[in-house]
Amino acid sequence: MKAILIFTAGMMLACLLKAQVLVKGTVRDNKGRILAGANISIKDSYDGTMSDSTGSFLFKTTEKGNALLVASNMGYKTMELPIVLGTDSVVISFILKEEINELKAVIITAGSYEASDKKKGTVLKALDIATTAGANADISATIQTLPGAQKVGEQEGLFIRGGSAEEAKIIIDGTVVNNFFYSSVPGIAQRGRFSPFLFSGTVFSSGGYSALYGQALSSVLSLESLDIPEKSELQVGLSPLFATVGLQQVSENKKSSYGFSYNWTNLAVYQKLVPQAPDFFKVPDFHTADINYRFKTKKNGVFKLYAYYNSGTLGVRNPSLDSIGLWNAFSLKNQNLFTNVSFRQFLGNGWKMNIAASISYNKDEILTQVQNQQYQAVPKTNIPVIDQTGFSLNAHQWMLQARVVVDKRFGSINTLRFGTEVWNNSDSSRFQNINGFFPSKVNDFYTAGFAEADLYITNELAFRPGVRVEHSSLLNKMNVAPRMALSYKLGKNSQVSADYGIFYQTPERRYLINQFGVDFLRADHYILTYQHISNNYTFRAQAFYKDYVSLLKTSNSFPTTVSNAGLGYAQGIELFWRDRKTFKNFDYWISYSYLDTKRDYNNYTALVQPTFAATHSGSVVLKKFWVKNMFGVNWSYNWSTGRPYFNPNRSQKDFLVDRTIGYSSNNFSLNWLPKIGKANAVVVLGVNNVFNERQIFGYNYSGRLRDTNGDLIRSEVNPPANRSFFLGIFLSWGVDRSQQNINNNL
Amino acid sequence: MKKLLMAVALFVTLGLNAQTKFESAMQSGLAKMKESKTADEMNATASFFERVADAEKTQWLPYYYAARNYTIAAFMNPSADKDKTAEKVNALIAKAEAIEKSNAEIFCLKQQVAVMQLTVDPMSRWQSYGAVASEAIAKAKAIEPNNPRPYLLEGQYLMNVPEAFGGGKAVAKKLFEKSVELFGNYKPASALHPSWGKEQAGQLLAACQ
Repeated sequence: MKAILIFTAGMMLACLLKAQVLVKGTVRDNKGRILAGANISIKDSYDGTMSDSTGSFLFKTTEKGNALLVASNMGYKTMELPIVLGTDSVVISFILKEEINELKAVIITAGSYEASDKKKGTVLKALDIATTAGANADISATIQTLPGAQKVGEQEGLFIRGGSAEEAKIIIDGTVVNNFFYSSVPGIAQRGRFSPFLFSGTVFSSGGYSALYGQALSSVLSLESLDIPEKSELQVGLSPLFATVGLQQVSENKKSSYGFSYNWTNLAVYQKLVPQAPDFFKVPDFHTADINYRFKTKKNGVFKLYAYYNSGTLGVRNPSLDSIGLWNAFSLKNQNLFTNVSFRQFLGNGWKMNIAASISYNKDEILTQVQNQQYQAVPKTNIPVIDQTGFSLNAHQWMLQARVVVDKRFGSINTLRFGTEVWNNSDSSRFQNINGFFPSKVNDFYTAGFAEADLYITNELAFRPGVRVEHSSLLNKMNVAPRMALSYKLGKNSQVSADYGIFYQTPERRYLINQFGVDFLRADHYILTYQHISNNYTFRAQAFYKDYVSLLKTSNSFPTTVSNAGLGYAQGIELFWRDRKTFKNFDYWISYSYLDTKRDYNNYTALVQPTFAATHSGSVVLKKFWVKNMFGVNWSYNWSTGRPYFNPNRSQKDFLVDRTIGYSSNNFSLNWLPKIGKANAVVVLGVNNVFNERQIFGYNYSGRLRDTNGDLIRSEVNPPANRSFFLGIFLSWGVDRSQQNINNNL
Repeated sequence: MKKLLMAVALFVTLGLNAQTKFESAMQSGLAKMKESKTADEMNATASFFERVADAEKTQWLPYYYAARNYTIAAFMNPSADKDKTAEKVNALIAKAEAIEKSNAEIFCLKQQVAVMQLTVDPMSRWQSYGAVASEAIAKAKAIEPNNPRPYLLEGQYLMNVPEAFGGGKAVAKKLFEKSVELFGNYKPASALHPSWGKEQAGQLLAACQ
């Protein structure tokens, strides 16, 4: 009996131990804001609750004695407080400290626009490049719909914020691409060589870019190639302009892949269908082949090899302005090679290493001739303007690069980056005209070291100091370029940032032959940015001032000497708005740039607005996609005010005072993604300048023929065809390429 | 004797309690889950499972249910920060996986999280998250070919994919049929193991007719 009593007492005691105590309190952050939905629990027990919308919590526990009360909330440091659970209720108030966290922290943009699918803060998606009307899947043409980039119809290249094409560098996987565009043809802008589908990320910086890059006074466009593709596939593309075939093979474990593609472009059919203003006596004809090989190492490292080879020929003829009945003929033979090897590896403990190396080669054989009615070269006329028009030029360019960048992460998301790079450029050319034969050779060995740090002081405030040190063997000069970016977060999606930097560039090497004492060119950037980015809306406003402290200046004397006496400035305001939400399956962006720039450089005779700068420019890009029919329609409108052009009929003091008419172009494209047999097809039709608006990019003047007023006669620089077309069908087997277009309906 | 009896009594009571404490907590959690109608309730249930999981440390099921409830709550709430939820859920999944390696149910969860993140920006996330989702389902099927849930989830996903992309009702219907068929013979490993989906599979199949 006694035993039973004791047993019962024991049971009761055990149950008594489970009597409940009330635990209550509040959860706030270190700024006093209420934290709802925080998890509150007694460590190593099941008891606890979630804080409610007023940040308070209340629960009962059967635990006894000393315990730890834990409060945790996403984005905050978990906090444990010791409590004693006796008979009285426990009241606790938690103040949680915010964790510095990539998802919440301010973004260090340094004024750049990103096109990538993964990173946050991106303004453009990779796919946008392929579906922008008028761009014909050309990366740089899409960039031209963003603020800061100017449309210059007669010349390829990126003209950023009053900068010339030479002031922008294009980078693939860390190495500079010397000949990103097809070789220049007078008066006709050329496309970029590389397909946007090669890249998973694009960062376009219109100024104030990172210390990791150099040798660009204005801008850097950095392209990051794909890692391992998702699936193996065979691709075939057909168009009146080209035929292409490609194969990509991914290993079963998805750790490695290889691929190749071949493309033949010939404009013979197209030029029959769409009459061209100039006489293409040699139809543009290009052969391109590329190969790639990629594999993943342990610890998420990636090795990538890419090699590209292209050869092309074309010949184009325009009536001579210097003599009635004669022609100026231009022909070009080009060979281009670009190879890049890159290797990225995590080394553990927050260390990451990026190594890249590249070899590139370019050869241009250019021949210009003055021809008679029978298209034969005219003999010496003893008219200097005509005799000097003809020349031949063989130019070779080799560039070797190697680069190492090391990343170290410390204290949650702070990052230190540092590294070094070397470039070896050797150019040789053989120029021949009536005055003689001028061979030249120039070599530059360039070395640079750089370091920068992303420092998050709080989630709201980040600071990126950086510095770059460069040396050029050709100049025999060194420079030190500090860069700085400061970003402050105003609200959940909005932030302001201020960027400052000094940017150096070696003058174009062709000017540096037999020149001494020339220094680096220099521009200082000051940029203020406000941006609001959410998943569906982007608004961005930027104001900038760019001080061209030193530009190249050429003398009028013979032989020409060059100096660093050139100077100039650019300032402006840029706006960008993108909305992917308001209208269903409809996406649009609008950009506007105001640019005030003047410079005195090269052979300019005054401080004036340069020929490649328009004061106002803007773009509207619209995209609509019908999921059910797998059909997309895209429209774009590009507009800018007129640009200055050189008019030799003016006196010297009126240098570059004339302006062309404004530029305006409406472009249309549609894509349709049907299934044809087992193949996934993409059919693309594009029309540029739908309304056939008149486009004048500038004027060419005669060197000697005058009209009745005594003025030198001129001709307009127009596009080869005012309205241009694109039609292509791309078939792929193995992978659903149309998946790229999947829509918001999902 | 007294002391011994007292000790036995204490041990038995506490011991019995300890043995059933986890199970009863799980049962009450599962009951709560059934009652949860709103996203807030789902989150509360999830946090309950999370507490159980963190206290136990050796049981994968509470991590599984915590992850599942957070995911469903985020699906139900259009203004939820799905990427943030995914980050949290993936941390829970990682803990579950550390205890229970290669489990079809965990791969099913992974698919649901990937689909949730995909819906944030389908147009550009399709390639990356779509691949993660299909891979997770393929793994789940390989591990446990007779589990009906991978087929249900795959069907549910493909039902919302346009036909031209290889989705649509016809494709989904086959998967729901397979799922319903498998549910016919399906027995969960225990009362606490995942058992959901039979009703849903039937409804979705009906919706495809």
